[in-house]
Parts: sequence; structure tokens; C-alpha cells
Amino acid sequence: MIRHGGRLRAFSLAAFIGLWWAAALIARNPALLPAPPDVLAFAWQAVLSGAMPRNIAITSLRAAAAFAISMTAGSAIGYVAGRSPRADTLIDPWLIILLNLPVLVVVVLCYIWVGLNDVAAVLAVALVKVPTVMVTVREGARALDPGFDELASVYRLAWRQRALRVIVPQLAPYIAAAGRSGLSITWKIVLIVELLGRPNGVGFALDELFQTFDVAGILAYGFAFAVLMLLVEAFLMRPWEGRANAWRR
Amino acid sequence: MPGDGKVGAGSMGEGALSVRIVAKSFRDPGGGRREVLREVAFSGKSGEIVGLLAPSGSGKTTILRIVLGLDRDFEGEVRRPPGRLGVMFQEPRLLPWLTVGANLRLVASDHEREIAGLLAEVGLAGAETLHPRALSLGMARRVALVRALLGRPSLLVLDEPFASLDPQAASALAALLVQAARRDGALVLLSTHDLDQLLGFADRLLVLAGAPARLAADCPTGLAAPSPGVPVMGGFKEKLLHRFPFLSAAPAPQGAP
Repeated sequence: MIRHGGRLRAFSLAAFIGLWWAAALIARNPALLPAPPDVLAFAWQAVLSGAMPRNIAITSLRAAAAFAISMTAGSAIGYVAGRSPRADTLIDPWLIILLNLPVLVVVVLCYIWVGLNDVAAVLAVALVKVPTVMVTVREGARALDPGFDELASVYRLAWRQRALRVIVPQLAPYIAAAGRSGLSITWKIVLIVELLGRPNGVGFALDELFQTFDVAGILAYGFAFAVLMLLVEAFLMRPWEGRANAWRR
Repeated sequence: MPGDGKVGAGSMGEGALSVRIVAKSFRDPGGGRREVLREVAFSGKSGEIVGLLAPSGSGKTTILRIVLGLDRDFEGEVRRPPGRLGVMFQEPRLLPWLTVGANLRLVASDHEREIAGLLAEVGLAGAETLHPRALSLGMARRVALVRALLGRPSLLVLDEPFASLDPQAASALAALLVQAARRDGALVLLSTHDLDQLLGFADRLLVLAGAPARLAADCPTGLAAPSPGVPVMGGFKEKLLHRFPFLSAAPAPQGAP
């Protein structure tokens, strides 16, 4: 079954590349739609020069920092909101504002208020992501089993035991779901933030390539970063989610 | 005035439990309050086994929750003996992400030998590495019983402990409770529908009746040194059944309050 699924995936990917290649041959305009070998050639040169690995590393660091901050803050606020109706009522208006504020507004305001630096860039991405993490974890906190709270209370478990052995395992599936959906959004926002106000990173490189209409370069960076995120998703996020949900099966 | 219930430990007498519930009510969906308990007062001392009997829905679980300090929205006062609490809820409440061993160590981290010994006594030797989902309900309840007995509690509270247990396991449970009371000096307070089972080893019976439920009887069973399986003498059971016919009714389904 898995092998069959893997074959289907490989076929789907090959069909995508084949269609792209065919479209490039029909278009006969490499500047507008380069063929896969042209994109690979650009990527290879960018790797050899060190520009692509450097830019990808910088963007990955920013994405990781923003991801860590948004997951930590979103989980903590979501937990409090899920446990306390009063806190939820207090937090809700803020949540609605943050959820509906355009990403661009948050990014521009962060750059204006904090300055054109990495702190503003990471803060902007984290601010955009925190509300969605919070909403997911709040649902998890609302679903906590009160029977386990009573058990912890009767046996006077220390707060550390309560948190690590009783609460976190129940929240873990929700945190993992928030993390998995959050990662794909986070790195896309990081590119916008870099494009708007950073002198390095994949977003900055894409901006430079856009100035010269270098479609091969844009595709090379886009695919390289997407592949990296797919690997993170497959080898980090999915196993983490699987582990977090293991006790529910 | 509901909601001023006081639950505290000790000071009444060594190993003593004192319960005085003037009134307990629950909020109705319509906004009013429905009184379920009125004038329920009893006490218990170290080494005593006290059985709580009542028809289904009469508030047995509510009384046990008040004793455990899990429900403080009542009028009255509860004094618990100082020391460790042991509890067996109606459902096993084992944390499904932890193994049986980890569940037990969570509440008694430094009782390795006791854990192994008690698991063996309830017929679950070697079950430490299993996850709760691999256990039947009866097995899970036995693990919950072991968790309650760990650390030699001064007060042991059990809600319908005989549910889902076969007669052999029920007798073993009764023997463990007698041991906890007689050897370790625990005060055992349990609710059950099984009058026969209770008469075999309990020192005292508390019978709730009416609506709101009141304490209708608080009587010693007359067993100086009761042990599981010993028949009750003197027509005590018949008198009880005559006065409280509901005690002969079939056991109510689990989950009744």
C-alpha cells in the first residue's frame, strides 16, 4: 500500500516536471519560462558560489526563530484562554484584530516601530503566526480531561509533574497540528518580510532576481527552499505529530 | 447559602474523618438549584471500613467528591485525617500515554517494591510495561486500585470499586481493603450497590434515602473482625432489606452520580 502510494507520488512529480518541460519547449522563451535543466543549472551555480546556501541558511534561521517564538507564545496564551473563560474574553478582541490585520500592515509597522533589523523581521512573522497557534491550542486546552485534573489534585502532583505528565501530553496533538500548519505559513511570511526590508535571505534574493526578471533564478530559489521545507515536514514535523498522537490510537 | 463548604485536614482526632453536609445542591439548566443532599453527617476512624449504600442517583459519588475536596460548592464542613489520600474513581482514570508502571510511579515515585507487590496481589504481575489501552476494563480498575493503595494512605476513598470485577477479583479487592484498614490503619470509605459484598467485610454501613438524600441509617455490621466471605449473622441483612427495599434492587449502571 505504502509502496503503491510512493509510486503514485513519483509518477505525479514526474508528470509535473514533464508538463513544465513541454510547456517550456512550446513557449520557446527561456526568459519567460525556462526548462528544468536551465533552472537546475542556475541552482548549481548559486550553490557553487555559496549564495544560495547562505541565503537559505539565513532565511531558515529567521523562520526557526519566528516559529519558536510564535509556538511558545501562542501555546501559552492559548492554554490560558482555554482554561479561563475570563482570560478568553479578555484575549478574544486582540485575537480578532491580529487575525484580521493584513500581513503587510504588521510587517511594515514592525519595521517602522522597531527598525529595519532582524528583530523586527522575526517579530513581524511571529505576530502574524501567534493567533493561529493560539486558536488551535485553545481548543486543546478546552478539551483537557477534568478527570485527570482531579487525579492530579487528589495526589497533590507537583506543578512540574502536572505540566509534563498530565497537561502537555493532552495538548501535544494540538500543538503538533499548530506547528505543522504553522511552519508552511511561517516561511512564506519570512520571504515577504525579507523582500520588504532585509539585505539578505531568500526573500531578498528573490527581490533582486525580480529586478532583472530572472525567472530561472526565481524558480531555482523557490524550488530549493520548498524542497528544504518538504524535508523538514517529512522528517521532523510529521514524525513529531505522529508521536504526539500515538496515545490516541 | 451554597458554596461555603470547608474541607480540611486533621485536628479532630488522630486518623479521624468528620463529614457534615448541611446541604448540597446543583445548578439546574433553568438557572435554579436542585438540592441533592441534606443533613448528611458521619464520622470514621482509623482502621475502619465504612460502606456507603444508596439507590442510584442519590448522591453517593457527590459525597465522596466532597470528602476528597473535589467539590467545595456545599454547605457544611469536612475534616479529613492527616496524611496521604488514596482514591479509586468509578472509571480507572489511567493516563493513556503512560505505561501502567509510569501511571503508578506518577503518584508514588519511590515505591518500586510496593508497586510490584501490589500488582502481583491483584493478578497483574508483569503488567508494568503495558499501556492502559492494552488492558480490559477490569484490569484497568485493578491498576487504579493499586494506585489508590500505594503509599499506605490514611484515607482510602473508593467509588463503586466492585463494578466490572468478577467475584474472584472482588474478593481479592475486599481482602486488600481489609489489609489496608487492619494492618496499615487506613480509614476506608467506599460506595457500592453490592450489599452482600459489603456485608462481608465492612465495619459500618451508611444508608442514604429520600430526595434530597439524607442519612437514613448509620449502623455497625456487628463484625468484630470481619473478613471477606464471612456470612453476616443475626438477620442483620434481612432487617436492612426490610427497612430499605431498594438495597435488593439490581446494581445500577456505572456513571450514576
